[in-house]
Amino acid sequence: MEIILAIITGVLYASGVYMIMRRSMVKLILGIILLGNGVNLLIFLLGRITKGEPPIIDSAEKVLEGVYADPVPQALILTAIVISFGLQAFAIILVKRTYKVLKTDDLDQLNTTDEDS
Amino acid sequence: MRTIILKSASSYLLPVLLLFSVFILLRGHYLPGGGFVGGLVAAIAFVLDAFSNGLDKTKSVLKFHPGFLMPLGLLIAFFSGISPIIFTDMPLMTGLWAENPIPVIGYIGSALFFDLGVYLVVIGASLTIIFTISESA
Amino acid sequence: MLGAVLLGLLFSFFLVFAGSYFKGRLAVLSSLVPISLFVYFLTYIPDIAQGEIIYENYEWIPSFGVNLSFTLDGLALLFALMITGVGSLVFLYTSAYLKNHKYLDRFYGYLSLFMAAMLGLVLSDNLMSLFIFWELTSISSFYLIGFNNDKADSRKSALIALGITGIGGLLLLGGAVLLGDVAGTYRISEMLAMRDVISDSPHYLLILLLIFGAAFTKSAQFPFHFWLPGAMKAPTPVSTYLHSATMVKAGVYLLFRMSPVLSGGDIWHTILIAVGAITMVYSAIHIIFRTDLKGILAYSTISALGILVFLIGIGTQAALIAAAVFIVVHALYKASLFLITGIIDHETGTRDVTQLSGLRKVLMPVAIAGFIAALISGGVPPTLGFIGKDLIYESTLHYADSAILLTGLAIITKILLFYGGFVAGVKPFMGKLPEKFSKLHLPSPLMWVPPLIMTLAGIVFGVFPGLIESAFAKPIAMTQAINYEEFHLKLWHGFTTILGLSAITITAGTVLYFTIKPKHSLENFIAKFDVVAPKDLLIKLSEGFALFSRFWTNSFQTGYLRHYLSIIVGFLTLLLGYLIFSDFSLNIDVSTLADLTIYEISILIMLLLGVLYVVFTKSRLAAVAATGVVGLSFSLLFLFYSAPDLAMTQFSVDTLTVILFVLVLYKLPKYLKLSDSKLRIKHRILSISFGTLITLLILRVLNEPKNTEISEYYADYAYKLAHGKNIVNVILVDFRGIDTMIEISVLIVAALGVFGLLKLRLKTRDKK
Repeated sequence: MEIILAIITGVLYASGVYMIMRRSMVKLILGIILLGNGVNLLIFLLGRITKGEPPIIDSAEKVLEGVYADPVPQALILTAIVISFGLQAFAIILVKRTYKVLKTDDLDQLNTTDEDS
Repeated sequence: MRTIILKSASSYLLPVLLLFSVFILLRGHYLPGGGFVGGLVAAIAFVLDAFSNGLDKTKSVLKFHPGFLMPLGLLIAFFSGISPIIFTDMPLMTGLWAENPIPVIGYIGSALFFDLGVYLVVIGASLTIIFTISESA
Repeated sequence: MLGAVLLGLLFSFFLVFAGSYFKGRLAVLSSLVPISLFVYFLTYIPDIAQGEIIYENYEWIPSFGVNLSFTLDGLALLFALMITGVGSLVFLYTSAYLKNHKYLDRFYGYLSLFMAAMLGLVLSDNLMSLFIFWELTSISSFYLIGFNNDKADSRKSALIALGITGIGGLLLLGGAVLLGDVAGTYRISEMLAMRDVISDSPHYLLILLLIFGAAFTKSAQFPFHFWLPGAMKAPTPVSTYLHSATMVKAGVYLLFRMSPVLSGGDIWHTILIAVGAITMVYSAIHIIFRTDLKGILAYSTISALGILVFLIGIGTQAALIAAAVFIVVHALYKASLFLITGIIDHETGTRDVTQLSGLRKVLMPVAIAGFIAALISGGVPPTLGFIGKDLIYESTLHYADSAILLTGLAIITKILLFYGGFVAGVKPFMGKLPEKFSKLHLPSPLMWVPPLIMTLAGIVFGVFPGLIESAFAKPIAMTQAINYEEFHLKLWHGFTTILGLSAITITAGTVLYFTIKPKHSLENFIAKFDVVAPKDLLIKLSEGFALFSRFWTNSFQTGYLRHYLSIIVGFLTLLLGYLIFSDFSLNIDVSTLADLTIYEISILIMLLLGVLYVVFTKSRLAAVAATGVVGLSFSLLFLFYSAPDLAMTQFSVDTLTVILFVLVLYKLPKYLKLSDSKLRIKHRILSISFGTLITLLILRVLNEPKNTEISEYYADYAYKLAHGKNIVNVILVDFRGIDTMIEISVLIVAALGVFGLLKLRLKTRDKK
């Protein structure tokens, strides 16, 4: 099972990196989203995979025992998901604004810092 | 997107979804859920309402700009964090818990208020982002 | 002693505010600072003469072993008196030389700052504080050399001097840290006991090279000597003070101070003797080819510094005493000659020795000073110079290995220095007075008295060498020489070999003075060799460096995002690839694949298709929808693998993201085929290899045992401590609550950023 998820993580990384190397800014954002998903999956995988045993203590118990999924990567990913929402929103608006001001979404046209370019 | 079905459904959906989001928030400490998810669900509820009834109407339902929820939530979370310092001599972020459970909600503690803060911040941030974008779109 | 060091600093600080009062008539009053310090240090002579060593210690950064500890022994006292003594005369001289100069107050500020730094340097017992004062002298000398900052020439010289001495400072820091590490202390007085530990250390050679680098750059030893003639662009008081009497001797001081600590190995002697000998002979020969008075003095100073390094390299007691005496001799005559040159320049407006003659008729007291200075420089009895020269010959003659070679080199240098001293101190005053100089007046006594005092001191010390012996020579020999023996300084030794050598030196020098006349043709001749001079090589090196960095910047800082990214990703790929394949092992467990259900397989296929669709579709809307599919698949994946919280969050976020995209999508440009296919293929290869390596990395990590300590802690205590049963939520709101707090703050920042970007109009930009 892990091997398939490892391959999928690789695919996510590869496509994310490929997309952010494109010249279109929309593709850049899509690439960032894919990369973010790849990172989440990577963290998830490093906590190992457990099927059907969420890290929730049974209502009758006081201590979690037996087999359970690792809660630490889950907590990390949960914050990562919400943060990446903020990041994506900001990136999308930045692209929109840039396009409106500069009338281009070609990243190659943004290679100078001069005001009048 | 303003179909009759959606429009009539959404007037019922908004309160139901908001109630659902509070439910998710409250159960978070014992079962899947919590401030993040609850906040996102509430935000989606408002966005859905805005889609069917128009942004202005949703805003008038809200009465105030959702941006104000962000500092409010942050303050609540902050005060729940420092409450152990204020009320007892325990260090920062120590959980304080009421002696007896309250019906429906269960035990009440400072962690619940912290989660409430997270909930409000998430609603505020998501709605600020989406409302700002749809206004300028 | 701390007060003595701070006085100069405080005075320069005081001048910042009250400087304007010290520009005019009151300027002379500034001299009270060095004079009072000079008197203060004079009072220590009786104690030091009895062999006492005075320590003072102030804690500064005790945790790093950096303290302000001061020592006053013979060597420190010699330098302190020289700094304050020459300083007093220079301060007096300046008040007349730069009279009514617009920035006279500034000049005094730099000068007293420099003096304070120099005093701190020679009094420091701690290598770290010594380093700090060392750097302070470099910085304050930068301002002094570049004082005429409206001239491009002097700015450039100041920069070169700062660069060279700055490199030296860096080397000193390295040497000091290494030495402190080996010795376990930064205090020089404590290092004395560790002479053998240090010379046996594996870092001994490195320490030596670093300390030498510092000393050679500061004291203008070959091949770092070139900054000194350039630094003579500075006003004459600066040349007098920094470049003859004090700062350039800081390197010599460092070697002198460290010689009992570091001279344990033969390499110490070999390098110092070699470098000192090359420097003294090389720059002594240069004297013949100069016509500028300051140029002559600059090269004879370098040569004298070479002699000092050479003597410290010999390292016997006789050589160290010779060095101590020669430091005094050199300070007396060289400072006088500089001041005299300053007077000539000030009065006649030229320093070209071929144009100057007969000035004795108008500048008689100056001529007397010049003549005595030349005698001291030439080592003619009964001046102190004679004793100094004899001591030098004595130490070379008794150096076991190559006495004849070393003595020969010393004699050649001394002959040329004799010549240089007479050309600078006597020649301008002899012969016929040209018509254009006949109306000159003697300047203010403030200018001609200081050189006269110094030269007369040279005679007094020569006649009564006991003064020097008891105050400096003996205490220095006691602390710096390895085995101390009784000795006496004498003017008259009787008819010995050394007397013969002295006679040869003086005769040959006189002959040289009357046969070779300074000519411009000689100067032009030597200029032809400038191509291979260290200075030009250094300038070419720095130009080449600038060219290289321009090339480097152009090829890496292109401004194209994909260019940066491909460099970063490419580098990471190489690094990861090396790490993974240098120790390659792949252990894949395929047994778990049998447990796959049809639901899981379909989710995974959906996910994969979604990703590929995002990459390859030509429609923006389709790509956005496909990201939605990817997100939903993730949500299902989390649900399957025991992460219900993640599934819920991912689902809601995914919904919001797609809504967001759809809202702005029609405001965004259509896809265009921008990159050419060659670049696409290149990027594809790069990203596929990167992804493959990530997969291999994960598989490697999955083979390692997992650390479950943290998860177990949370599992055990989630309910006991935090009254919660959903452990993920408990981690977020309780165990790691502060992290969550910061995280929601980040979310607020992102929301405010979006709000700002859209609502706040950039007015100027929009109007365009």
